[in-house]
Amino acid sequence: MKVQHGKSRFLKMKKPLLLAERTKPFNMWKCFVMPVVSWSNVAKELSTCDLEKPGQDLHEDVEEAGALQKNHASVISGNPTEAAHSAYQPSEDESLCTVSCEMPTEQTPSSDQETALEINDVEVTGEKEKRYDDKTHAKSASEEETSENVPIAEDTVLQPKKNRITYSQIIKEGRRFNIDLVSKLLYSRGLLIDLLIKSNVSRYAEFKNITRILAFREGRVEQVPCSRADVFNSKQLTMVEKRMLMKFLTFCMEYEKHPDEYKAYEEITFSEYLKTQKLTPNLQYFVLHSIAMTSETASNTVDGLKATKNFLHCLGRYGNTPFLFPLYGQGELPQCFCRMCAVFGGIYCLRHSVQCLVVDKESRKCKAIIDQFGQRIISKHFLVEDSYFSENTCSHVQYRQISRSVLITDRSVLKTDSDQQISILTVPGEEPGTFAVRVIELCPSTMTCMKGTYLVHLTCTSSKTAREDLEPVVQKLFTPYTETEIENEEVEKPRLLWALYFNMRDSSDISRNSYNDLPSNVYVCSGPDCGLGNDNAVKQAERLFQLICPNEDFCPPPPNPEDIIIDGDSLQSETSEFSVIPEANSETPKESTSLGNPEETSQ
Amino acid sequence: MHGRLKVKTSEEQAEAKRLEREQKLKLYQSATQTVFQKRQAGELDESVLELTSQILGANPDFATLWNCRREVLQRLEAQKSPEELAALVKTELGFLESCLRVNPKSYGTWHHRCWLLGRLPEPNWARELELCARFLEVDERNFHCWDYRRFVATQAAVPPAEELAFTDSLITRNFSNYSSWHYRSCLLPQLHPQPDTGPQGRLPEDVLLKELELVQNAFFTDPNDQSAWFYHRWLLGRADPQDALRCLHVSRDEACLTVSFSRPVLVGSGTETLLLMVDESPLAVEWRTPDGRTRPSHVWLCDLPAASLNDQLPQHTFHVIWTAGEAQKECVLLKGRQEGWCRDSATDAQLFRCELSVEKSTVLQSELESCKELQELEPENKWCLLTIILLMRALDPLLYEKETLQYFQTLKAVDPMRAAYLDDLRSKFLLENSVLKMEYAEVRVLHLGHKDLTVLCHLEQLLLVTHLDLSHNRLRALPPALAALRCLEVLQANDNAIESLDGVTSLPRLQELSLCNNRLRQPAVLQPLAACPRLVLLHLQGNPLCHAVGASEHLAELLPAVNSILT
Repeated sequence: MKVQHGKSRFLKMKKPLLLAERTKPFNMWKCFVMPVVSWSNVAKELSTCDLEKPGQDLHEDVEEAGALQKNHASVISGNPTEAAHSAYQPSEDESLCTVSCEMPTEQTPSSDQETALEINDVEVTGEKEKRYDDKTHAKSASEEETSENVPIAEDTVLQPKKNRITYSQIIKEGRRFNIDLVSKLLYSRGLLIDLLIKSNVSRYAEFKNITRILAFREGRVEQVPCSRADVFNSKQLTMVEKRMLMKFLTFCMEYEKHPDEYKAYEEITFSEYLKTQKLTPNLQYFVLHSIAMTSETASNTVDGLKATKNFLHCLGRYGNTPFLFPLYGQGELPQCFCRMCAVFGGIYCLRHSVQCLVVDKESRKCKAIIDQFGQRIISKHFLVEDSYFSENTCSHVQYRQISRSVLITDRSVLKTDSDQQISILTVPGEEPGTFAVRVIELCPSTMTCMKGTYLVHLTCTSSKTAREDLEPVVQKLFTPYTETEIENEEVEKPRLLWALYFNMRDSSDISRNSYNDLPSNVYVCSGPDCGLGNDNAVKQAERLFQLICPNEDFCPPPPNPEDIIIDGDSLQSETSEFSVIPEANSETPKESTSLGNPEETSQ
Repeated sequence: MHGRLKVKTSEEQAEAKRLEREQKLKLYQSATQTVFQKRQAGELDESVLELTSQILGANPDFATLWNCRREVLQRLEAQKSPEELAALVKTELGFLESCLRVNPKSYGTWHHRCWLLGRLPEPNWARELELCARFLEVDERNFHCWDYRRFVATQAAVPPAEELAFTDSLITRNFSNYSSWHYRSCLLPQLHPQPDTGPQGRLPEDVLLKELELVQNAFFTDPNDQSAWFYHRWLLGRADPQDALRCLHVSRDEACLTVSFSRPVLVGSGTETLLLMVDESPLAVEWRTPDGRTRPSHVWLCDLPAASLNDQLPQHTFHVIWTAGEAQKECVLLKGRQEGWCRDSATDAQLFRCELSVEKSTVLQSELESCKELQELEPENKWCLLTIILLMRALDPLLYEKETLQYFQTLKAVDPMRAAYLDDLRSKFLLENSVLKMEYAEVRVLHLGHKDLTVLCHLEQLLLVTHLDLSHNRLRALPPALAALRCLEVLQANDNAIESLDGVTSLPRLQELSLCNNRLRQPAVLQPLAACPRLVLLHLQGNPLCHAVGASEHLAELLPAVNSILT
């Protein structure tokens, strides 16, 4: 499914026409590898930087500030020489398949390294987490692995079963898994969709609709009817309940127009408000937890109505649920933006981790950075994600934590005719002070897991460690692999084939002032927040972009390829651009990476 | 690879676009011209196919070019080998598909596909069904595609069960789909044919109940969606009754025989003839309508020769046979009587429940209950209110009369746009109830005063009525159908808004007519009354025409036979 403009048709639904063919970008970089990324990378790609050989522009009044943690693995891996090199060799395979695992043998030699990364996806995840480990009380992923999975592997090796996925199979097919560190979905009317459409970056990505909204009630998983078609087809609702639910949802669609219906209840919680409406208890449950996705205590009437309206507003634009998921995972999206950027001249210095900043003594501005090879890269602006800072820089910052778990299971939490369901399930917190757990179950057709398995992401705001927060929910929904000794008995719950728990830092909503000694041209972008949508990230990216380029349009649509005139002497200037990096010429043409802004590059 | 980029300015873009359009237009026009020249010259070869495909590919609605293509294909059929033809057909099918993508609602394209598939020796129907399914996935309400699908399903003899399952899947996706519901109403009677004796076009009860549940799901989910309500109406409706002769009346005085049918028919056209046997021997008569117009009518009458009415025999038997509908009826005129009749009672035949079916009342009762439940949640839903009224009529029109009138009031308030329609519907129901009450009382007097009537209907049911009171209503006319009241002696229609009297004509027995306080403006509107031979008393007080200068003289001149005209 390609993202296109569509109208909301909560009440009258019609599928959008999806006949558009994938337009091929007219230039592409194949060296760009991002196996596991967090959303914050998008913001990083928007940074502008000037490249220069180390040793240049050395002034006496410059000191090296250790603002950055050392030996920090860059998220953007790969090296610039390779980048330039492969950019000269247009790949035969025109589709963006750097993370694809479908046809490894057909890939060009330059993708060998990607292949290696893919195989090690799981390990990569673990390693990355250790990074958080340094600073947070996250549990090491590899620890979990050894304690949980090794016995499983032995078990399955001894008793291989037909049609049953074993641990060794998972390892063998490891390349078929694309595990996001961050588990989010796209609201079909969220800011990110709007941005993808506006900037035409959507052409580089494909999406699938979330097919089901689920609820966990009285120990059972059930489907929540939320669209008109769902309500019509639902077998679990009575006729009267169907009417009640539709009536309430229709009201929520334009609740602002009927203030008399809720004004009297503004002071109470949304859950109390629902009790005053003509809704049966199970309808109240569906609306509260699965549609408004809030809790008994968390939100007041207006917030709940707003959340419900937002949910409903997103329905029907691309399908029967409000959410989209990008094929190959959320990590595709930063890549897509980078790709658009590269098409219009952006340059990536892959595999250059930043060692330290060069700060002008007088102006207290960052002048350049030094990479791990001691190479100096001059920069006017420096944009960095929160987790790259050293402890010194963020010694005064109070971080919240996000508890995460990633599971591989052998079947869906709710079996239906189709085994290609993508579901979201909200499990309310049981005790006061605990948070609702968001469960997103991905099927193999999302290209994030191998056939016969499901990839399950659990997320909640941390109250303890990830394991303590999430394990109770995992136990309710799934069966540990080792418990199924009676082989013939049909197990109701899906079995866990692999599990990973980790905490990650929630650096959203942190004021810039909380960091120590930041030069004024260093911009901080937060890591991902705990929410389901991406609105915060888009807002933040736009805000940072406006700080750096105050008079520029944020992610404008690229010009039509037919309207682009390529200069006759372009070849020459290209050569000189790329020769800069290895050959160290003294005078380097400036190259801006501002996204989709060809005027600037042509000046 | 990254060239220095320069973007064309908007003027440059506009200019480029303009040139492109100009170029396109040139090509289009020259291609069209060439095709027409070739067609005129009779050069119907593959080059015409090529040229027309260029044009149709851009504009599939060029009907003449489709005709042209058909001519070429017909000619090539005779010239080519089967292999070549197969290749030709394959290209043509692919081309049609690409045209449908340009415009999925092009009449010409779908028609051409029908034509082509109909000519193929071994058409691949499965592929065509697949094509329909794909287009309906994109737009489930594309009626062109639905038409084509029905064509394909008939040609390929697809079992109705499979097509029904297909409608299921589409309704599941979006139940607001008239075509899909309609298709069901065609398929279900095929799937569940009723035994010959039963009512035609009806469903067995278990199937009916399942359908009712499905459609209830739809209108409880969205009561404002009409498609489900229409289907609901179909489910509960009943098939057209067979033609029947409702009433036969013979009058000695007027030497006239009157027949009333269950539906308007046209007697004397083609095979549809009405035979009359008097005392078991056929009699050739001239049939006419009461108002003298030759068009379909409920009531037909004929003059009888004196011989068939003589008072010597103890009785005369009149037997009428309607050849087109295999209906017949017999009545007897006894010696010494002025008239004789034979009639199906409206009460026995449950005549006025015909909006909805004569299904078991338990089904209707439970439908009524769920609709009332819905109405409680949605007090202002017009479809629900209307369905409740119809269900009540089907269950027991007299028992629910009061409740029905209340629902009408609510309905008019929520749907003011259709107030006039609702008034007429209400009038119809009230009239039906009055007829029922009259028949239960076994009298020939009908009181319809003070009922707020806006329209008169079912007048053919009133063949035998002698006294009719229409006073204090909102009637604006006495319609031509009133001429069917052959026995009417006294007609009161005071305090209405009557402007015309077309129906008060040729009423053989009418003696007294009251039209006080109406809107009769010109004496000329009373012209039809001149054809009422026995009219002696006419009340016209309170009409605008009374104030006109010389009105009385004019009236006396117009109606010389009327003894007293009160103005």
